[in-house]
Amino acid sequence: MDEGTVVISMKDIVKKFGNFTANDHINLKVHKGEVHAILGENGAGKSTLMNVLCGLYKPTSGQIFINGKEVHFAGPRDAIEMGIGMVHQHFMLIQPFTVTDNIILGVEPVRGITVDRKLARTRVIELSERYGMKVDPDAKIEDISVGMQQRVEILKVLYRGAETLILDEPTASLTPQEIDGLMEIIGNLTADGKSVILITHKLKEIMASSDSCTIIRQGKYVRTVRVDEVNQNELAAMMVGRDVNFKVEKRDQEPGDVVLDIRDLHARDYRGVEILRGLNLKVRSGEIVGLAGVDGNGQTELVEILTGLRKAESGQITCLGKDVYNKTPRETFADGISSIPADRQKHGLILDFSIEDNLILQHFGEAPYASGGILNRKAIRENATKLMDQFDVRPRGSEGAPAGTLSGGNQQKVIIAREVTNDKEVLIAVNPTRGLDVGAIEFVHKYLVEQRNKNRAVLLVSFELDEIMSLSDRIEVIFDGQITGSVSGKALDAGETDEKELGFMMAGGRQHE
Amino acid sequence: MNKKKSILENNVLYTVISIIAGFIIGAIFLLIAGISPAVAYGKLLSSVFSRPKYLVWTLIYASPLIFTGLSVAFSFRTGVFNIGAEGQFVVGGLAACVLGIVLDLPVGIHAIVCLLGAAAAGAIWSLIVGLLKVKRGIHEVLSFIMFNWIAFYLSNYVVNLSAIHRESSEATKDVADSARILFPESIRGMLDCSAANWGIVLAVLAAIIVWVIIEKTTLGYQLKAVGFNNNGALYAGINADGSVLTALGISGALSGLGGAVQVLGMAGRLSQFASQEGYGFEGITVALVGSSNPIGCIFSGIFYGAMKYGGSKLSIVKAPSEVVDIIMGCVILFIAISQVFRILLQNFAKKKEGK
Repeated sequence: MDEGTVVISMKDIVKKFGNFTANDHINLKVHKGEVHAILGENGAGKSTLMNVLCGLYKPTSGQIFINGKEVHFAGPRDAIEMGIGMVHQHFMLIQPFTVTDNIILGVEPVRGITVDRKLARTRVIELSERYGMKVDPDAKIEDISVGMQQRVEILKVLYRGAETLILDEPTASLTPQEIDGLMEIIGNLTADGKSVILITHKLKEIMASSDSCTIIRQGKYVRTVRVDEVNQNELAAMMVGRDVNFKVEKRDQEPGDVVLDIRDLHARDYRGVEILRGLNLKVRSGEIVGLAGVDGNGQTELVEILTGLRKAESGQITCLGKDVYNKTPRETFADGISSIPADRQKHGLILDFSIEDNLILQHFGEAPYASGGILNRKAIRENATKLMDQFDVRPRGSEGAPAGTLSGGNQQKVIIAREVTNDKEVLIAVNPTRGLDVGAIEFVHKYLVEQRNKNRAVLLVSFELDEIMSLSDRIEVIFDGQITGSVSGKALDAGETDEKELGFMMAGGRQHE
Repeated sequence: MNKKKSILENNVLYTVISIIAGFIIGAIFLLIAGISPAVAYGKLLSSVFSRPKYLVWTLIYASPLIFTGLSVAFSFRTGVFNIGAEGQFVVGGLAACVLGIVLDLPVGIHAIVCLLGAAAAGAIWSLIVGLLKVKRGIHEVLSFIMFNWIAFYLSNYVVNLSAIHRESSEATKDVADSARILFPESIRGMLDCSAANWGIVLAVLAAIIVWVIIEKTTLGYQLKAVGFNNNGALYAGINADGSVLTALGISGALSGLGGAVQVLGMAGRLSQFASQEGYGFEGITVALVGSSNPIGCIFSGIFYGAMKYGGSKLSIVKAPSEVVDIIMGCVILFIAISQVFRILLQNFAKKKEGK
């Protein structure tokens, strides 16, 4: 592409926070009508750069040009006026308001002293149709899905006249179907001449959707590449600065006896709808069983029942012969089930607690961490230092810092350090790599496989089909509260089953015998 | 440089700034009312510091406030909001008063029984609200406020029961001497203060115990875990409902003790209330000024005690004692927005550094 179509150009951007340099001479050029990915590990400086571009931060030095003219933003309003709109990872919508009300908030069309709702509604419908978003303008935010809410956020910036859209980790909370829909919308946007900046660390999405990609590592500009000229491995290597191993190394191993045995499990969700309908599942020692399925088919409820957070209606669950059906979290833990929860901030960690305190969450009342009801700070610190070293939790030496100050990947390492060293017979891992960069994903996978090699029974629940396929010794497909198909890892390796067939089963198709 | 940074990070600095700002706003109101702030603040200072006896009175005023402050601070640290300290304070004082009149026990034991009774009354008052929250999902703030009024009218009803009412008065009979927690006669004489009592000692002891519970014990760990992240604690196998009840029970007991210290120490009897006395609500201020830190509550309680005691003397210079309420209200406002001061100061420090 020639220079003439460059809409945004950031030159030598430096942003310092105190002594810390978050952006160190970063360059970025975005062309009209392209999807430009920004790739970098957690904490590489992607978000800082985008916050500079959308006017939230003032750069310490460096220049920003829009359509060739240098600009200085005093705040986000200036950036919006210049056609730059950001869709944040965490939506900023008002739940009880309608879609239209949310979109026009702050820039309401007025007639006299009243808001011209009719005009607003027409404009929203017009925009929604132009980009194929299928958004109901009168629905309340609290009633629509996460994917739809994201479309509302996109409409919000389009309504304000954005020519360049910054999407911050847009697929982090979407289901595979919603991701496809989003990709379609991005295609419609660029076809209409808009530019899209995509912040992500999912390489596959970059390969599928982007034209060019700028890689940032530890705050420094690495390079900008045309996506069709590189492959996934090269991108990953540029991002982390070393070769990344995508293929999970797993030694051959025969699984042992059944450890976790779930029989004819029935449960209802909070609306009273039967969400588990006679589910049967066995996990043996020394194997990773991957539970594949589209979100909402009962995975969440199954895990909540297994970990004691939810009560089932009927059925049997045993762990090494011990009855763990409808027990409390403490009891299921005592009987041998540990877990890496799906939501690390809600369930996995107490963010306001220090890292060292989080590492003893299930053991705070036991020796050596406490005696006679008094905490033994020295033992707690020693435990943390040891585990942080062993599991490479960074920054080192931050045992006493709140867990909330860690990056997502390091938060996950804290949970893994805790759960893996609990050394229970069963480890349940739910979306264990969600939101992590490739370096951290490699780390998590290594530890899951290590648990399997130590003859633990591992149940992996994940919406990432790739992850399930590369890790599992056996894949069980869950659909509508039942297991509808089973595929061995060997069959996958031999090419007897593929992603398509799994997808077919996940969508409710029965396995052909 | 690091030292400077750590000062700018320190909560105490912003508390002090907020207090100064509160006094400045108070001065503006005094000027509007046509009173010289210098005279009024001079009186405020001299009524606390000019004689040792006044300092003793300040501590007497401070003791119940430290207790309610601890009560609220403890609830903040464990994730519930005890806005019902007022009611627990009242039932605590009531229990201490009734036991102090009705029972006939030896010196010392009588006082201890009264204190324990008050703590139990406050804890039960708070636990009822806790049970409503845990079993029925009723938000604690709502029921706490209602329970404040129930305590208020309950107290007025009991005060007027013939068994303990003193005829042709608006108060109960005096609490038996054996139940009082006054200092021995000789010390009181030395301090030149007839109401000098063990309250402040008990308050400081309570603060230390609360600090140990929060910072050093597994109980504190568990309560804080539930307070910070109920879901996470539950996931880790901690009994969240039990923790909420424990936290509210302890918080209520502290307020109840505050009521007992007031009755067994300074007052010696319980009067019929015309309006809510406000010790519980003032406890919220004490907790906020003390950054919800038990040791901080000792100092903020003494500060508030001084303001109350000094404020009661303001009428001598014809300044309204309400100016104290204005100052304390502003202090809370400024503490609430202290983040703004923090950013301003840090930006200022950064700019200076850059030059």
